[in-house]
Amino acid sequence: MSAHTSTMAVEGADRWLVREELHAQPGTMLGFWLYLMSDCLIFACLFAMYGVVGGNYAAGPSPKDLFELPLVAVNTAMLLFSSITYGFAMIEMQRRRVNATIGWLAVTGLFGLVFLGIELYEFHHLIHEGAGPQRSAFLSAFFTLVGTHGLHVSFGIVWLVTLIVQLKRWGLTDSTRRRLACLSMFWHFLDLIWIGVFTYVYLMGVLR
Amino acid sequence: MTPASAEPRSELATLLFGRLSLDSIPYQEPIIVVTFLVAALAGISVLTWITRARAWGWLWRDWFCSIDHKKIGVMYMVLGFVMLLRGFADAIMMRAQQAMAFGDSAGYLPPHHYDQIFTAHGVIMIFFVAMPFVTGLMNYIVPLQIGARDVAFPFLNNFSFWMTTAGAALVMASLFIGEFATTGWLAFPPLSGADYSPGVGVDYYIWALQIAGVGTLLSGVNLIVTIVKMRAPGMSLMKMPVFTWTALCTNVLIVAAFPVLTAVLLLLGLDRTVGTNFFTNDFGGNPMMYVNMIWIWGHPEVYILILPLFGVFSEVVSTFAGKRLFGYTSMVYATVVITILSYLVWLHHFFTMGSGASVNSFFGITTMIISIPTGAKLFNWLFTMYRGRIRFELPMLWMMGFMFTFVVGGMTGVLLAVPPADFVLHNSLFLIAHFHNVIIGGVVFGVFAAISYWYPKVFGYKLDVFWGKASFWCWQIGFLFAFMPLYVLGLMGVTRRVSHFEDTSLQPFFIVAAFGAVLIGCGILASLIQFYVSYQRREQLRDVSGDPWDGRTLEWATASPPPDYNFAFTPRVHDIDAWWDMKRGGYVRPTSGFIAIHMPRGTSAGIILAGISAVLGFALIWHIWWLAVSGFAGLVGFAIFHTFNLNRDFHIPADEVTRVEDARTRALAATGA
Repeated sequence: MSAHTSTMAVEGADRWLVREELHAQPGTMLGFWLYLMSDCLIFACLFAMYGVVGGNYAAGPSPKDLFELPLVAVNTAMLLFSSITYGFAMIEMQRRRVNATIGWLAVTGLFGLVFLGIELYEFHHLIHEGAGPQRSAFLSAFFTLVGTHGLHVSFGIVWLVTLIVQLKRWGLTDSTRRRLACLSMFWHFLDLIWIGVFTYVYLMGVLR
Repeated sequence: MTPASAEPRSELATLLFGRLSLDSIPYQEPIIVVTFLVAALAGISVLTWITRARAWGWLWRDWFCSIDHKKIGVMYMVLGFVMLLRGFADAIMMRAQQAMAFGDSAGYLPPHHYDQIFTAHGVIMIFFVAMPFVTGLMNYIVPLQIGARDVAFPFLNNFSFWMTTAGAALVMASLFIGEFATTGWLAFPPLSGADYSPGVGVDYYIWALQIAGVGTLLSGVNLIVTIVKMRAPGMSLMKMPVFTWTALCTNVLIVAAFPVLTAVLLLLGLDRTVGTNFFTNDFGGNPMMYVNMIWIWGHPEVYILILPLFGVFSEVVSTFAGKRLFGYTSMVYATVVITILSYLVWLHHFFTMGSGASVNSFFGITTMIISIPTGAKLFNWLFTMYRGRIRFELPMLWMMGFMFTFVVGGMTGVLLAVPPADFVLHNSLFLIAHFHNVIIGGVVFGVFAAISYWYPKVFGYKLDVFWGKASFWCWQIGFLFAFMPLYVLGLMGVTRRVSHFEDTSLQPFFIVAAFGAVLIGCGILASLIQFYVSYQRREQLRDVSGDPWDGRTLEWATASPPPDYNFAFTPRVHDIDAWWDMKRGGYVRPTSGFIAIHMPRGTSAGIILAGISAVLGFALIWHIWWLAVSGFAGLVGFAIFHTFNLNRDFHIPADEVTRVEDARTRALAATGA
């Protein structure tokens, strides 16, 4: 099959061998998907834990006493907006505009920071009121689930800043584009998890 | 083990060293001191030997920093063997204690030490012996069997190996600094909680497994992508070798199961360190949730261990029967069915914990159903042998031992799957006998079959047959002596994890079991001698052809040991048993026209990241917070730094490929092959 057939081309040899350099299919996206699914399982366990012990208040405060839905709604909006702006960054990446990409990434990062700020404020407020993670199994599960999500967002922001630096240095190369695509999946994935948290923990918690 | 010192520690000491103090070093326990001296002597002599051979640079560049899947595979096997010696030392200590601690005799191990030993034995044998063996085999063989040059993410592969090693190092450190968990290998709360296990033992357990778990998970992702994306042209899924199929299923299980372990250990760690109430008895905690979650990981884990060895036996039996595997398709489907079912049986590990009759029956039935695909596999192997020209080489010997032993273990497993019977046998020595029956008979025999089967591929010479047979018979007979008495004892109601017995009428059984353990020890010794003798006789045992067993799959199509790039030209696949097809179809090895080959470049990032992780783990175990914070920052910082390194690949020039292949051409010509 190859145009490379030299003097030794044994009849039928190419039935058995590829005579030219074979480029392996890129596997990064599949690998990253698999990683995300494994991360999703960690969240599944934390949700399950919350599902099982989420009603065990140990004579302490319940979600109704603690959650301030307007604040959480603002927080949710921050994260959802950040997903949209990340989408804009990816569109700019497709148009091969480096600076616009960086700009939208920065906006995304800012939304992420506001989200984290509000979450930290909420945590601080709860602990201050004596509703810390040690108070009851419900609060242990609440802090762990929401905190693990927040930790992921923090990592996402560190990653985002790293990528902005790399985009400034290298521009839109194959490797930065691949990394942007991975972070994009990561970011939207965190959004998805948050929708679960918002619905299952906050909304249903207040209804309970 | 070490009582907290009487006077309170100064704040500075706590700030600097956390819980760590001179009292943490168990120098008043003679057994540990002697162990330490022996280990230190052995360590120093190995280090001296490496230094005198001036091998550090070579070791660092060509092995520790290598991203070659073959070298990483070999390193996994070495890790597995070293840890096997440690895990076996634990086993023989337990057998000795139980053989003597009757009536007035307390034996030689204090209960606290005995508890650490049975915990360490289980943890080490599963996580740091069986897992490295299985991962090592898959690492070495899978890319060769699918005609690839390496795995999909070579750097991650190196990183995974070093994370596993870092976990093993932490477990080893617990022997001499502090203590190990006394909770049994799954560390059930509330026993493993801060109230009942205030020491560092459970923290060692948690962090060793978390760090090793990262490695296992990443290697699972890596091998799935490798198998899905990097198969040689023409190798559709249903033309993959069975070992690769089982590797695929195992890695799917790894990715689907290990996050659960990560999550549950995270929660236990939070309970212990932060004071949360997930698994505590008060404040609404639910210890049963831990038991459920850890077995949701734990049951798939046993299939993660056994499935690749089912693949090994399939390769071995078809090679040495000289026939295509009987029922390839049913073998693949059986593997997939086991993969799925392994998720639906976890509750059979705690039938006695009051889930009720309907739940217990569901899990009892799903458990029994697993024996159907497993039985199909056994019949496939039997029918492969039927009318084959069987050669009783070493791998085939292990195969026969496996079929005999594993079937017995499988049947006792079905017995245990019956909930009413399990109420009698739960936590008894019958259970211990059962799972050693399947793990030794299945995983260990499989690993030895694999080692003797692929050793000539890895090193270019076969293993010595005499010492191989000695090892096999010691293991096989030793296993029967060591575990058949435990079945009897378990049926009589003797429970596991007991360090002293009142009823002296039980003693003969334990003495027989101890004798069996000694025989198994002889088996391990014989295989070490086998490696040494084979190395000495390597010229007589040399195989130049690269295909010593008249093999059937692609790993036999290249040289032994394979060149760095595995295949000078990527093979095209037209049939199951691709190499057999090539040999029958008039394939001629190319001797010219070679081209440059694109390869990944080695890096020290993996070993550095894993080293920082080990320090971080140590700091978290001992509550040395400044070190933990700096370790964490170092980890993140170095990982970011590594992403700036784009110099990750290179080309092996065509001249170099030609030189390597010409050398092989001459060697083949010299033997007249």
